Amino acid sequence: MATAKGRTPAAAKEKKSGRKVRILVGKPGLDGHDRGAKIIARALRDAGIEVIYTGLHQTPEMIVNAAAQEDVDGIGLSILSGAHNYLFPRVVELLREKKMRDVVLFGGGIIPDDDIPKLVKKGVDRVFTPGTPIQEIVDYVNRRIQPRK
Amino acid sequence: MYDRKKLAGIAAQGKQWAAETLEPALKRSPERRKRFSTVSDEEIGILYTPEALSDLDYGEDLGYPGRYPFTRGVQPSMYRGRLWTMRQFAGFGSAEDTNARFKFLLSQGQTGLSTAFHFPTLMGYDSDSPRAKGEVGMCGVAVDSLKDMEILFDGIPLDQVTTSMTINGPAAMVFAMYLAVAEKQGIPFHKVGGTIQNDILKEYIAQHSWIFPPEPSMRIITDILAYCADNVPKWNTISISGYHIREAGSTAVQELAFTIADGIAYVQAGIDAGIPVDKFAPRLSYFFNAHIDFFEEIAKYRAARRMWARIMRERFHAKDENSWKLRFHTQTAGCTLTAQQPMNNVVRVALQALSAVLGGTQSLHTNSMDETLALPTEQAVTVALRTQQILAEESGVANTIDPLGGSFFVERLTNEMEEKAMEYIRKIDDMGGMVAAIKRGYPQREVADAAFRYQRQVDAGEKRIVGVNAYRSAEESPIPLLKIDPEVEKRQVARTAEVRRKRDAKKAKRCISALKEGSLDPKVNLMPLLLDAARSYVTLGEMCDALRETMGVYTDPAMF
Repeated sequence: MATAKGRTPAAAKEKKSGRKVRILVGKPGLDGHDRGAKIIARALRDAGIEVIYTGLHQTPEMIVNAAAQEDVDGIGLSILSGAHNYLFPRVVELLREKKMRDVVLFGGGIIPDDDIPKLVKKGVDRVFTPGTPIQEIVDYVNRRIQPRK
Repeated sequence: MYDRKKLAGIAAQGKQWAAETLEPALKRSPERRKRFSTVSDEEIGILYTPEALSDLDYGEDLGYPGRYPFTRGVQPSMYRGRLWTMRQFAGFGSAEDTNARFKFLLSQGQTGLSTAFHFPTLMGYDSDSPRAKGEVGMCGVAVDSLKDMEILFDGIPLDQVTTSMTINGPAAMVFAMYLAVAEKQGIPFHKVGGTIQNDILKEYIAQHSWIFPPEPSMRIITDILAYCADNVPKWNTISISGYHIREAGSTAVQELAFTIADGIAYVQAGIDAGIPVDKFAPRLSYFFNAHIDFFEEIAKYRAARRMWARIMRERFHAKDENSWKLRFHTQTAGCTLTAQQPMNNVVRVALQALSAVLGGTQSLHTNSMDETLALPTEQAVTVALRTQQILAEESGVANTIDPLGGSFFVERLTNEMEEKAMEYIRKIDDMGGMVAAIKRGYPQREVADAAFRYQRQVDAGEKRIVGVNAYRSAEESPIPLLKIDPEVEKRQVARTAEVRRKRDAKKAKRCISALKEGSLDPKVNLMPLLLDAARSYVTLGEMCDALRETMGVYTDPAMF
């Protein structure tokens, strides 16, 4: 999807603010399933977004520290292990402690619909469930996340 | 296999058919697509005739079941002698919860056990480790010590049931605990049968539940090969797996090639460790995916058998024919299940199970319809088990061996898969073998690229998935889902604390020291030391921490 001038939304944003949107894609907890996370990281990068991929087996602390160091605008977490009800809120808690409330937290994985409202209430902006087309996630990031500065 | 003259006649007829019959029909009504391809994107032709098999030699390429090259099956009577083992992967919550599920499945007619451990166990952590928070019992059973193992197999005689355990990084530790349970049941090790997955190479490639770096991990594996050859002769020491590589997004050919390449690496490692090949090779086993493209999967299994037989006999000079036999377990593809319209998954699983049976699998797990969202409920796993039973009892497919043998299409596909997979294997050999290939990220990148390509095709509508990008429902009816009690974590933490309190602390400490010391000497087999530790209620986390110190840890290179 391009603007009238033929630029992608990410490029248009970059022109306006002087920098690319920066997203951290993270794999929290012990879950080793990274097929989805890698695809999303690649798709976001192809769409002109700056992507930092943490790799596997990150604690919530490691993720938030990396997010701070890399000065990201958003964090996407992928969780397929069933530990989402602990890991997402823990990351929110740490973001608040570090005064990074404006970093947008989103994610996906194996998350039953029933659990989503609770996660949203606790501070997760959006949860993507299995079968979501990749473009939907790219569009969400373009629409929802701006460079923080 | 075919008379040259007759083949020429058939070819001529084929040309005539294409020009005079097919061409006009296509002009009136063109094909549905520009290109027909498998889920792995291999192009498939409109028709296969004897021309496709002009070089096939029945004796050399197909042969008879139970004889080299085993293309048609590894056992002489296959399912007429004994059906495949119905072995449903199960595990959640506490050892008590899973023991109950084991007993339920056995009562419903399954014929072997298969254990799913929770993530802390898979990664070598106890349930009270800070790394385990929120994960306890969530996607498998919590096993921290021998105490949990005893409860897990309570009332299950280990000389009468075989158990497969999906465990890799800490496979040796968990295996030691299993043996210690058998010992407590009064069963001699030579009567114990089962499998540990113990395939660390595919962990680096796909499943990612590793602990140590490649070299020390291979040492642990060769220790297991040697130990079992002498002490646990009925045990399948490795389940060399393609399932996970496929789940991570590889094509069928990559699944076949990388799995066999892993097998080659293990055989070489065993030989390099000084174990005669015929002493350990007969107890290597395999584990493949049953994905959704029906004929591609059947061809894959048949190609795998023939490839392994040839490799073991010609490359490794194994003399025992049992060393040439590729025996395998199959699981239907989790990645093909959809969260949308979950009952459709029952159909997918049935087709996938059928392909595994027509492909000659020795053992089979069928997924439950609800597994895109949660671990299986009792109702869902019963339907999955019944799927196998209906195949076995009602469909007639087990009445004869390799019923698709001789199909022009299936034999051609089998040949092509072998050729393409061997190309990959040659490439990996040129890199110095699988360990070297993994270190440079080769199989990981191939898998990630294939996964990305496939996703692009799905999102573009080129690959259609019913309920997801075709035939969607406006409204979805929710199905009941299994929920894990959050109290499981509290109770498990308390139990493990009690185990540590009650055990002989000095003995446990001695075992841990002995383990560390032994790990520094490559001539020491770690299995007896791990057995001692297990018997003394050293926890899994403690065993793994001891070896983390001496062997190091592996971290994800994080490439995408």
